[in-house]
Amino acid sequence: MPTYPLYDNEADSLQAASGRALRDVTLDAALDGSLTIDDLQVHRSALLAQADIAKAAGYAQLAQNFARAAELTVVPRTEIIEMYNILRPGRASREELDALSRRLEQHFQAPICAAMVREAAEVYAARGLLRHHDAL
Amino acid sequence: MSNLKRFRALEERDINRETFVESWPEAGLMVADSPYDPHPSLRIENGRVVELDGRAEADFDTLDCYIARHGIDLLVAPEVMALDSLTIAHMLADINIPRAVLLRLAAGCTPAKLVDIMRHMNVLEMMNGLAKMRVRRIPANQAHVTNRRENPALLAADAAEAALRGFAELETTVGVARSAPFNALAILVGAQTGRGGVMTQCAVEESLGLRIAMKGLTTYAETLSVYGTEQAFVDGDDSPWSKAFLASAYASRGVKVRFTSGTGSEALMGSAEQRSMLYLEARCLCVTRGAGSQGVQNGSISCIALPESLPGGVRAVLAENLMASMLGLEVASGNDALASHSAIRKSAKLMLQFIPGTDFIFSGYSAVPRKDNMFGGGNFDADDLDDYAVLQRDMQIDGGTRSITEAEAEAIRRRGAQAIQAVYAELGFPDIGDHEVEAAVQAYSSDDMPTRDIVPDLVAADAFLAGDRSMVDVVAALARRGFTDVAEHLLTMGRQRIAGDYLQPAAIFGRDFVVQSAINQPNDYTGPGTGYRVEGARWHEISHIHQAKSPRDFIADRLGSPLESLAGYGNAKRGGSTEVVVAIGPAFGRIMTKTIGGLNHEEVLKAVLTGIAEEGLIGRIVRIWRSSDCAEIGHVGAKLSGSGVSIGIQSRGTSIIHRVDLARLNNLELFSQSPSMTLDTYRAMGRNAARYAAGKMTTPVPVTVDNWARLRLIVKTALLHRRESEEIRDLPPEALRFDWEPEV
Repeated sequence: MPTYPLYDNEADSLQAASGRALRDVTLDAALDGSLTIDDLQVHRSALLAQADIAKAAGYAQLAQNFARAAELTVVPRTEIIEMYNILRPGRASREELDALSRRLEQHFQAPICAAMVREAAEVYAARGLLRHHDAL
Repeated sequence: MSNLKRFRALEERDINRETFVESWPEAGLMVADSPYDPHPSLRIENGRVVELDGRAEADFDTLDCYIARHGIDLLVAPEVMALDSLTIAHMLADINIPRAVLLRLAAGCTPAKLVDIMRHMNVLEMMNGLAKMRVRRIPANQAHVTNRRENPALLAADAAEAALRGFAELETTVGVARSAPFNALAILVGAQTGRGGVMTQCAVEESLGLRIAMKGLTTYAETLSVYGTEQAFVDGDDSPWSKAFLASAYASRGVKVRFTSGTGSEALMGSAEQRSMLYLEARCLCVTRGAGSQGVQNGSISCIALPESLPGGVRAVLAENLMASMLGLEVASGNDALASHSAIRKSAKLMLQFIPGTDFIFSGYSAVPRKDNMFGGGNFDADDLDDYAVLQRDMQIDGGTRSITEAEAEAIRRRGAQAIQAVYAELGFPDIGDHEVEAAVQAYSSDDMPTRDIVPDLVAADAFLAGDRSMVDVVAALARRGFTDVAEHLLTMGRQRIAGDYLQPAAIFGRDFVVQSAINQPNDYTGPGTGYRVEGARWHEISHIHQAKSPRDFIADRLGSPLESLAGYGNAKRGGSTEVVVAIGPAFGRIMTKTIGGLNHEEVLKAVLTGIAEEGLIGRIVRIWRSSDCAEIGHVGAKLSGSGVSIGIQSRGTSIIHRVDLARLNNLELFSQSPSMTLDTYRAMGRNAARYAAGKMTTPVPVTVDNWARLRLIVKTALLHRRESEEIRDLPPEALRFDWEPEV
């Protein structure tokens, strides 16, 4: 298991979401224009490492959150916000939630998030939290 | 209006501007132990929860469903649900039972079980439990930085100062939503100017918040609100699943997440379902943990006035902090929104979190004046900063801040404002003038800022949000304008985002970007001598508030060279019956030459001798060498006095009229209020002593009683007495010649 804090102990292997190595994230790079904001985003592997660390320390639910987050690193910002809005109560039909679950699973290889959406759909159906004309 | 004058005075007190009501469980206006609260229960069949707190699975609402699936450790649950709640309460209060044991057990508790444990605990026991269950080893503090005018120079200056004062997190928000990217930018630049590693957030609508975070302008989000009933949750436009998804969305972009809940919100939203506030909060906390939030902002937060209107409200708020920490959640423990008109009440309430120490004692200490606080007032604000520093010094408690000097504040405010000025100039945002920078350095509040046209700012903020520019461009701008250190701090925040260490429970950055969290710095308190102790460099820092002076030269202005008019001529003898002895202390008129009230000793002697002469008697001056005690000086003087009456005077001015037949600690008149004494008082003292000596009827000298004098002057009093005591010699009383005659 990687050693926490990763910043101090795993610096050589850390890379940003863009693939840029941590050691190449420098002030010079910012000044010469070669650095972008994607070079300052967390990579899924770091989130998975944090998930392992959290789980080993007894924080199982937090670890699960990091595992979902690792899956979501590849989802574009606008689509993440759309997904969140679909999951809000009364926003979506059962079919729309099922479609969201499939998209997460198949397009983004996000099985944990997909399972969470399936579970939500099941409870929303039982508790009347689907979009109203569908629930009736 | 009351008839009794004392009741009328009470009516005027700040505490009576508050609203107090009796409990009403049907309306949810009961902080704990509603008759409608369920009893703890849990039935598990084939690894599935089929009954939770008296409710069968078929009747589960969304929160029950979520808690049953994600909020309870089913392996531990049977063990802990079978344990007597009183036993667990004992374990919480028992310093010998470590945090890990309780974390494991609490993970298997249902919401009603958590509440049932709290039922057995008083606030002292809860505070003891909280000191142990706090997630991070060292407590910390968060500040609010906002202003009504949304002025970027002032935001940056205030953020820089707050960071320098030691706050580990800074939170801002907006008046106008479109200001969000610029407000976030201003406190980011200000914070990293004040101290590298301070985490920042901007409380706005979720999708806007996410966009700002993804530009690298914020590092955490804490306004993910959850509620304890299904209806309140839905009214808040979320479900536990949508909130859990949002938490993951933030984490996917390297943003630390903290949920928000708190007693009273459901009652305020009219859907408490007759349950007590504490029971509903327990449900919130089980959802929060289940959703994978590393922590929670709780402690009633913006609803605080509601539990405080009810019996036991402040206790319940502590109980909710404790329940959260039992679940392993980082706690940012409220004390944020304006909670009381009464300074006594607000300070007393604070003690419940301040003394045990929580992960963030305030989930928003207002680093700005109250009127500039956009989060509901700020229960403690910029005006209270010195009070807060003194509380830490008084109790040797780390409240997460330090005292700074005016010079430090001025320098860091200027640098913060100049840094944001440079960023605006470099990125082509509307100009921040030098006059705005200087106004921000000097300002008390946004009222002191020059008018700034907000429209161009909003247009630029819109373009910044929509465009590709990000924190990277801010870093480059700072570096190009010579703010290399601030640029490095911003970039290091970005580099830390790649590592994600600060996503772990209770993570903050200490000095030099050293992360401290539940993983590498878990709370290890198990009683005296263990855990985090306030000592070493940190205690030195807390001790040295900016107002503290060295006591060594405290009394310098009371010292002087010996009076030339006062000379000794051998051992003092007993004199005739027409005299009053004026007995002075060992330092009087030689080492010390002024009283504590600033009267010259020479003038004091003249006044006393004049008073004696006015009654036709003679004053004879004697120095007492063997004691610095006022009663002893007076009593020895009385033994030498031919009339049997003496005046004893300490160098600091405290005086006594004594008579030889009285016990040493008795007196005819005592003048203990030396700071209030005037030369007229000394003259009257002389007259009265002479009247006693002549056996005349005498009215005691009226003295001004100032009960604050002791408070103000006690250090000086102690030091003056210490100095006089240093002059004690093993010598008999000395006769003194005073080169002066009263004109009577």
